[in-house]
Amino acid sequence: MRNLNLIIQREYLSRIKKKSFILLTLLTPILFILLFAVPVFLSGIKDSEVKRIVVIDETGKYIPHLKSSEYYLFEPVANDEGIKTKIGKEFFGILQITEDLSIYPKAVTFLSEKQAPMDLLNYLDRTFSEVVMEDKLEGLAAADGIDMNTINNIRKVVNTSNLVSVTTLRLDTSGTEKESSTAVAAGLGGTFTLLMYMFILMYGAMVMNGVVEEKSNRIVEVMISSVKPFDLMMGKIIGIGLTGLTQLFVWLVMVSGIFIVIGIFSPTNDLSGLPNILQQLGSIVSVNWIEILIYFFLFFIGGYLIYASLFAMFGAAVDSAQDTQQFVMPVTLIFIFALYAGMYSLQNPDGPLAFWCSMIPLTSPIVMMVRIPFEIPLWEKLLSLGILYITIYFVVRFAAKIYRIGILMYGKKPSIKELIKWFSYK
Amino acid sequence: MIYLETKNVIKQYSGHKALDDVSIQVPQGCIYGLLGPNGAGKTTLIRIINRITAPDSGEVYIDGHLSKSSDIYNIGYLPEERGFYKKMKVGEQAVFLAQLKGLSKKDAQKEISRWFEKFDITSWKDKKIEELSKGMQQKIQFITTVVHNPDLLILDEPFSGFDPVNAELIKKEILELKRNGKTIILSTHNMESVEALCDEITLINKSHAVLQGNVREIREKYKQNILNLVVKGTSFDLAEDIFLIQSNVNDGFVTEVRLKKEKEIENSVLLKKITDNYEILSFKEELPSMNEIFIQTVTQL
Repeated sequence: MRNLNLIIQREYLSRIKKKSFILLTLLTPILFILLFAVPVFLSGIKDSEVKRIVVIDETGKYIPHLKSSEYYLFEPVANDEGIKTKIGKEFFGILQITEDLSIYPKAVTFLSEKQAPMDLLNYLDRTFSEVVMEDKLEGLAAADGIDMNTINNIRKVVNTSNLVSVTTLRLDTSGTEKESSTAVAAGLGGTFTLLMYMFILMYGAMVMNGVVEEKSNRIVEVMISSVKPFDLMMGKIIGIGLTGLTQLFVWLVMVSGIFIVIGIFSPTNDLSGLPNILQQLGSIVSVNWIEILIYFFLFFIGGYLIYASLFAMFGAAVDSAQDTQQFVMPVTLIFIFALYAGMYSLQNPDGPLAFWCSMIPLTSPIVMMVRIPFEIPLWEKLLSLGILYITIYFVVRFAAKIYRIGILMYGKKPSIKELIKWFSYK
Repeated sequence: MIYLETKNVIKQYSGHKALDDVSIQVPQGCIYGLLGPNGAGKTTLIRIINRITAPDSGEVYIDGHLSKSSDIYNIGYLPEERGFYKKMKVGEQAVFLAQLKGLSKKDAQKEISRWFEKFDITSWKDKKIEELSKGMQQKIQFITTVVHNPDLLILDEPFSGFDPVNAELIKKEILELKRNGKTIILSTHNMESVEALCDEITLINKSHAVLQGNVREIREKYKQNILNLVVKGTSFDLAEDIFLIQSNVNDGFVTEVRLKKEKEIENSVLLKKITDNYEILSFKEELPSMNEIFIQTVTQL
């Protein structure tokens, strides 16, 4: 036990103290926030200059509908041969309408020196389409003797989409109905699944590289003369796992801090002005965070232990990092399958694929994280955890036996068959 | 008193036997050579003594009792293939390894400081291992092997990577350890150091212990009855049926002669015959070097 603790300490401290670890841990949440914030911020910045646009409306019908804004100023002018020479100098561009657009839809042109901005074109398209539609409807109304008011009312009804929205309620065991948000659950499930995937793979690979490094350094010969191979392996796995948990914990604290800051600086009545995402915060807060986090950590620890001991075993079996590929491939494939199964389960969290994949130990940590926000029955969660932790016991024992032989074997790259043969060595 | 004993150790790997019925007896306070060509099974035997692997059959006794897992704290093992955590600081790493051998953190720091001062390398403490040369690393490796003051030391090629000055330093340390009553197993291909250091040896070849015993006795046993003498004068042409002249070299003043005894006679009898005719300046019985014995034994089998 004493030596196991020493190994854990060394593995943990040597990683925590690394500059790259500290930077990555502190910067990743900031990076993510920037990733979301920068585009929002940038789109808020607009050209401060007001663009003058001269309009030659030969029909005289459309110019009253064009409303100048803080970015564009529409000015009617008479058609003049010399006017084109002033483009880009006195004004931004010329909008020319030559015919009635309800008959000739292409009879409108915009001439400018620079590329016309998207929002201007959208505005023009929308405005002209509206006028043309009004025209046509009036024509129809006049021909059939229908009241224009009726048509306007009909248009209102047609334009309103989502007349009905289904409120999702869940019947819980006590018989009370609870409001729930499928979108929020799916979002959370997806986030936690990706986090789980990322962390297990990242830290599992770290274990493998650590083992390969020890072996190729030959420090393992020195270590093994004072430490049991099992302690050496578990010390590395636990030490690196604690590193991962530390990182997760720091992120959790940072993210909650950011949420609290947002909460303080934007009073609820102001929320209406903010984008939709922030309004969703309300329903995110109502999610049972504590439960999800507890399960996340339980499944993370379980999944990490299984994959890390497999990775440690592969690391011990080979001499160099390149040689690990042949063993890592199948495991990675299972892992990717788990991720896909997880994503698919988002659509149908209670389907057979979701259920079975959340019971099989190699996929359950990932798939279960998708399902837990959907409030699945307790027995499923407990059963899945039970299977996972019993499997860990056997996988760790198996891996430790192979590891013990592998770290002292140099030379030829072993096949899977040989690995199994090592299992019987004394 | 026998400090370490292996009894009929057998270790089988898939396809071949690494050790077949190997028994050795290492007396306390001696330097015991473990010799043999590459792949003979030396490392496997060392690993079994270190409890890194277990024998398929046979036992290991340490200090009179069947070896148990706590014994590893009383063994200092310097493996042939050795390394460090490259990114760790020298001092930290040495303390870490000493702690693994059972020392408390405080004792480990104290002992490491003492050894670093002894080897005059205190200034390396805060360097990273990767900044040190190979020879420097070897020195630290040696310190970490002996820092916990074990009674049994297993040194696998302790001199490799050292310059002559440092090799001498290590040799001195090994002899001092012996003086302090430590039992030392020395595995090496360097036969000169075997002659200089070892009291007893076991030669392992193809998984078997093929030659065992006291170094002096073994050399006596393998001697070819060659005598080397230097006499005054520019020639040596004494013909006797008790010896054959192997070579005869003169440098104008003295003649160096190698004789092979043909009959079992005392050296003094033979010398007497020569002194009647020549003036002997020096006389020496040539013992075979361990190198010759090694090659002879290994190639014969």
